[in-house]
Amino acid sequence: MAVAKPDSAQAAPGVALSSLDTLWFQVAGTVCNLACTHCFVSSSPTNRTHEFMSLEQVRGYLSEAAQLGVKEYYFTGGEAFLNPQMEAILEATLEVGPASVLTNGLLLDPDRCIRLEALATASEYSLDIRISLDGYDAASNDPIRGPGSFDRALDAIRNLVAVSINPVLTVTEVHQDSASAEGKQRFFELLRGLGVDKPRLKVLPVFRIGAEAERSGAYESWQRLREGDTPENGWEHLQCSSCRLATATGVWVCPILVNEPTARMGESLTDTLGEFTLDHPACWTCHVYGVSCRT
Amino acid sequence: MAESMDKRTHERLSARDDEFAREYRQRLTAHRGKATWGERLVPLREFREAAAASGRQGSAKDRAEALKAYLRSRSDPTPVEGPYSRVAVFGGIYNNHYALAALLEDAARRGAEAVYCLGDLGGFGPNPESVWPLLEQGAVRTIQGNYEESLAGGREDCNCGYTDPRDNHFAEISYRYTEEGCSQEFKEYMGQLPLRRRIQVGNRELLLVHGSPRRINEFLFHSASPTPFLEALLAQNDCDGILCTHTGLHWHRALGDGDIVNVGVIGRPANDGATDVHYALLEERQGRLRVELLPLRYDYQALAQEMRQEKLPEEFVETILTGWWTTCLEILPPRERAASRY
Repeated sequence: MAVAKPDSAQAAPGVALSSLDTLWFQVAGTVCNLACTHCFVSSSPTNRTHEFMSLEQVRGYLSEAAQLGVKEYYFTGGEAFLNPQMEAILEATLEVGPASVLTNGLLLDPDRCIRLEALATASEYSLDIRISLDGYDAASNDPIRGPGSFDRALDAIRNLVAVSINPVLTVTEVHQDSASAEGKQRFFELLRGLGVDKPRLKVLPVFRIGAEAERSGAYESWQRLREGDTPENGWEHLQCSSCRLATATGVWVCPILVNEPTARMGESLTDTLGEFTLDHPACWTCHVYGVSCRT
Repeated sequence: MAESMDKRTHERLSARDDEFAREYRQRLTAHRGKATWGERLVPLREFREAAAASGRQGSAKDRAEALKAYLRSRSDPTPVEGPYSRVAVFGGIYNNHYALAALLEDAARRGAEAVYCLGDLGGFGPNPESVWPLLEQGAVRTIQGNYEESLAGGREDCNCGYTDPRDNHFAEISYRYTEEGCSQEFKEYMGQLPLRRRIQVGNRELLLVHGSPRRINEFLFHSASPTPFLEALLAQNDCDGILCTHTGLHWHRALGDGDIVNVGVIGRPANDGATDVHYALLEERQGRLRVELLPLRYDYQALAQEMRQEKLPEEFVETILTGWWTTCLEILPPRERAASRY
């Protein structure tokens, strides 16, 4: 029987790794002390799809990353500070490069902030803390992130400001006006009101996977990248051309696809220096919205 | 992309004790023993087995070879200029012809045999074309910055990639002013400048780039450039040192096998509360590169006056007069931002 040749324009394109600049750590697995309705990894107190990483696991990847000349390290989850070894992990990381932590802020009490400031001061590299919010007030934020989460995130920002750490506020476009110039201005004003004199903001689109798929509906079948979509300058605008994500069970392509088993690329970083096939609708979002999870 | 959450759903989720809210949240925390696989909940074991079967698991030999291939130096046909015993290298003129004139004088006085510019001739300051004759008179050997690449290529922006609307506003003013003030001939001159040069200082071979050896608009800041990363850049580019600019902040790190020098810019002060600008003087001493990052005084009052005559934003003038940046601060990593006034 004749087999129809696949139309190459319909095949999913591959993206080469141009350089491994950004190494992410799924440091708290998918365990979180919130259960946000838009979480694309569906993190929650009960989600053990990915477990915490140990300090030893992180050290192993740091050592491999240093050989490969990685430029920056990011920590995410789940809630990163739920990992009981998180501060030791940060200390080890800051010995070899700059670190950023994505957090909901719930565990950033005054004592922890003092310790974080000490870690930042002891390193020649930058430590960045990114706090997530999804609204300018509790009425718009809490239905997404959970009751009380707005006030607690604001407490975290105040605690960081008290030790002169200037956090980056991360918001998603779950409310569509967040990304507009006026929306950004409102977040800057919120930060100024909390004593942040140099406000910084990161806006991310939503990915229709995980909890968000239930909230706003999954991707349509046409929302996939195909070979014919390859831009003239290639795929270097995609973060997967320069990042990988280490987890407790191996290395995935990026933080977005951590709940796709097929996005696991290998065991060690050097196993994952090859091409990745952009065969997932979330890749479409990264391309169309020019997403980078980096700050 | 996502439609705003249905207003009624949103309101009901706000209610802590509402049954609907409780049930919705229960669904979000229904993972006991299960894993999220895309849009499905599957037994944890199923997810983990599928993940373990995916991807590569190279042998120790495979991995050593992959690492070696990754760090292999890329062939670079750029001819090597020199050898010199002493050179001056600077970046980011930003139309500041006062600083450029002062630099040429200072470098000559210090015995520099050649003067190199790492790009970004325009932006920020007044009367873009006035730097051209100085570059010619001083026989300055220049490479393209992102400004030259954008101007020569007819781009509509400077390709700095800001996201803060305020930064974009000022970047646009700066770019449009420079774009309108450059003749076609000057843009053509910019377009024919090389993207990189190699020079030999003593026995040290140095690579000159604008942002980084990989990208014209990559920022190499001190607190965001780990030593292992810089060592990999040296290995991949087969040189004893890399000289760059683009960030506006000067720094030098001596590594075991070479040197990384961000020469800073002469167009505006280094966000340190001083009006001086900076450039690098390099010479070889006993097999090592000796790097001096020198403060340069120039007539900043005259520059400020000319900027005001040209009706450039007062925010730019303030930077020249105070030494503190007032715009485009979002590019700074936390450490450098903490040291700034704004």
